[in-house]
Amino acid sequence: MTPSLRERVSALAPILGLVLVIGVFALMSDDPAQYLSPRNLRIVLAQTVIVALGAIGMTFIIVSGGIDLAVGSTIALAGVVTALGLREGYAPIVAVAAGVLSGGVVGIVNGLAITRLHVLPFIGTLGMLGIARGVAKWLADQQTVNAPATWVNELAVTFPTPSWLLVAPGVWISLVLAVAATFLLQQTVFGRRVFAIGSNESAARACGVRTERLKVWIYGLAGMLFGLSGVMQMSRLRQGDPTVAIGTELDVIAAVVIGGGSLAGGEGTIAGSLIGALVMAFLRNGSQQMGWPNYVQEIIIGVIIVLAVAADRARRARSA
Amino acid sequence: MLTLTDISKHFGATRALDGVTLAIRPGRVHALVGENGAGKSTLMHVLAGGLSADAGQMTIGGEPYRPAGPLAAREAGIALIHQELSLCEHLTVAENILLGREPRTGGRYDRAAAHAEAARVLAPFHHPELHPGRVVAGLPIAARQVVEIGRAVSADARVVLMDEPTSSLPREDVERLFGQIRRLRAAGVAVVYISHFLEEVRAIADDLSVLRDGRTVWTGPAEMLTDAQVIGHMVGRDVAELFPTRQSRPTATIRLDAGNISVEGRVRQASLQVRAGEVLGIAGLVGAGRTELLRGLMGLDQRLVQGRLSVDGHDIAVGRKAPWARLAAGLGYLSEDRKGEGLTLPMSLADNLTCTGYQSVSRRGVIDNGAQRARGQQLLDRLKVRAQTPLQAVRTLSGGNQQKVALGRLLHQEAKVWLLDEPTRGVDVGSKVHLYEAIAASADAGCAVVIVSSYLPELFGLCDSLAVMSRGQLTASRPLAEWTPESVMAAAIGSPAS
Repeated sequence: MTPSLRERVSALAPILGLVLVIGVFALMSDDPAQYLSPRNLRIVLAQTVIVALGAIGMTFIIVSGGIDLAVGSTIALAGVVTALGLREGYAPIVAVAAGVLSGGVVGIVNGLAITRLHVLPFIGTLGMLGIARGVAKWLADQQTVNAPATWVNELAVTFPTPSWLLVAPGVWISLVLAVAATFLLQQTVFGRRVFAIGSNESAARACGVRTERLKVWIYGLAGMLFGLSGVMQMSRLRQGDPTVAIGTELDVIAAVVIGGGSLAGGEGTIAGSLIGALVMAFLRNGSQQMGWPNYVQEIIIGVIIVLAVAADRARRARSA
Repeated sequence: MLTLTDISKHFGATRALDGVTLAIRPGRVHALVGENGAGKSTLMHVLAGGLSADAGQMTIGGEPYRPAGPLAAREAGIALIHQELSLCEHLTVAENILLGREPRTGGRYDRAAAHAEAARVLAPFHHPELHPGRVVAGLPIAARQVVEIGRAVSADARVVLMDEPTSSLPREDVERLFGQIRRLRAAGVAVVYISHFLEEVRAIADDLSVLRDGRTVWTGPAEMLTDAQVIGHMVGRDVAELFPTRQSRPTATIRLDAGNISVEGRVRQASLQVRAGEVLGIAGLVGAGRTELLRGLMGLDQRLVQGRLSVDGHDIAVGRKAPWARLAAGLGYLSEDRKGEGLTLPMSLADNLTCTGYQSVSRRGVIDNGAQRARGQQLLDRLKVRAQTPLQAVRTLSGGNQQKVALGRLLHQEAKVWLLDEPTRGVDVGSKVHLYEAIAASADAGCAVVIVSSYLPELFGLCDSLAVMSRGQLTASRPLAEWTPESVMAAAIGSPAS
């Protein structure tokens, strides 16, 4: 059956949510033009990059029926690795690659723990949350690692040079990766299998899918995206901080869930997750513009997460 | 005691019940038989208050009966015992029996009173291990069923509904369950008993009703019908017409050769050879180890598997838990558990049909949507699946059509050996005929087919040869002509006469 009108409308629900958030803040703001100005949009987009890249990776994991709680630690570790590479005088591209790969290694270890030691993803990655953070601090000698100024520092700036880029290079990188990830998830055999193990792992196994190997790949792939996210984090701070990004995994998971991903597996889209990340970024930014204290943002975001999932459930109950 | 007149229930355009009329009498066991999809479970839920009827009347003890919900049904004296046991594993026996009406003193759960009440309820069942304070999780399945029955009768049930209560029971426990049912009957309770197994119905039922397409097609004392007449009423046609005529005979080439296959604790030294074009049936009781044998052959069972296995003369490492390698070797598998291990329900028909071999519908890892869709449509046509498009989710299909999709995968895979576990369970008669045709056609095309089934007429209608499994041991396979239903049953319960 081609998607019915209602299904099409409900697939747009996250976008409507985003428009709603932007609209409400624009109306409340004393100066809507300022809130909607290109300048502010650039700020929001630059702020979203870290969570957005994480959400792309997390979408693969959540669609496959897994979870990764070690995202924040992986980001810190990758940032430290990148900064160390730069400090030791390696070419920036090598340092960046090392950061991304360190995330990939963390992911592969997660995948191996889950498949070989038969621990639940929640537990395995909870362990990694501590391990990766500890390794980051160890490598950084418990201090921030200062990196010499290179183009890496320009990746996540709000006002890029050259100015014709309009938004930070990191935003463009995220967009390109999002398109590639959408293709990977929707159009390839790999993607079909990610959905298959998320909806019914035993059935996938009986159909000849090598589920264990596939999971290691999924966590490894996502880990590389978390690693890239760590590079962006380092770029923003201009140093490798092993204590950064604590709790970022929750933002990343929230982005995927607001965007229609199901923690039970088998559901989720890259576009939805990105919109989820934007919803949170606009909320934060809007609250700041309004001069609301931080705790108000936290309460609002908490409410939004629960409402988004509740709306999703209600929609599903109706269509079932 | 309980009467139903012209009960109807629609779900959208589907008529689940279409004028059911029944009279359930106290102190008697009333068996309700019918194909899957005949409306038995819907009827049970209407009786138990889970669903409300669209039309028709019910009375209990002469009073009009229209339960607003399960609680109202329970208060009216109707208790439902589910197909799958519905106990809270972490709670104690007493807590389970009194769930929802726990004795209280001043707001606190009164443990002593609960234990006393539970002990009173359980006393007639002669299950000394059922101490009220025991946690259910540690109990064997038969004892759990007693707890379930205890819960039903503790509420002073006048009518106890049992929906396929033996589906998860080993043979010995079936006898014990029958003992409990006779005890209920002697106490004047009316028991409504749903089952697929005619022999159980014979053993326990006083009255019998046959449902077909949501209608009562026959109702009366059980002894008035022969088994063949019951089946005839159930399917609405002569049993012999269900099965296709085979176009060919088995050849001499051995395709599947399995020797001394053992699955730790479940299967002992089973050997079987299946030739190209041969359909081998494996009969036996639920729990005999048939499913474990097939899963062991497929590398799906997590237990230790030993023995030797070859397909077309190529050896396969039996101990290796690698289902994907078995598929590559030409083995195809249909799970008995369609929802759990068979289909990926939210995904499309095309995805489900082609998941056993994406190579033919993709290029360099990228799925060719057009090719996948065309292949899906081709398989849907071949299996006569009633579907609108290959892109709809499997979930939207009826059970019979879902099962065709599950079988269609083996066609897509071009499996040389078909291992089918209960291929027609939960399937309507029309779909059964299509499934039988597809299985026969694959054998005619030279596949080696192994069918595990608990439905004897199916094995006798479809197979060339038959083997019987009993407590983990498989008899030698013999031509169908050398078996009778009686000798199969004797072998299945392990009697020396076989």
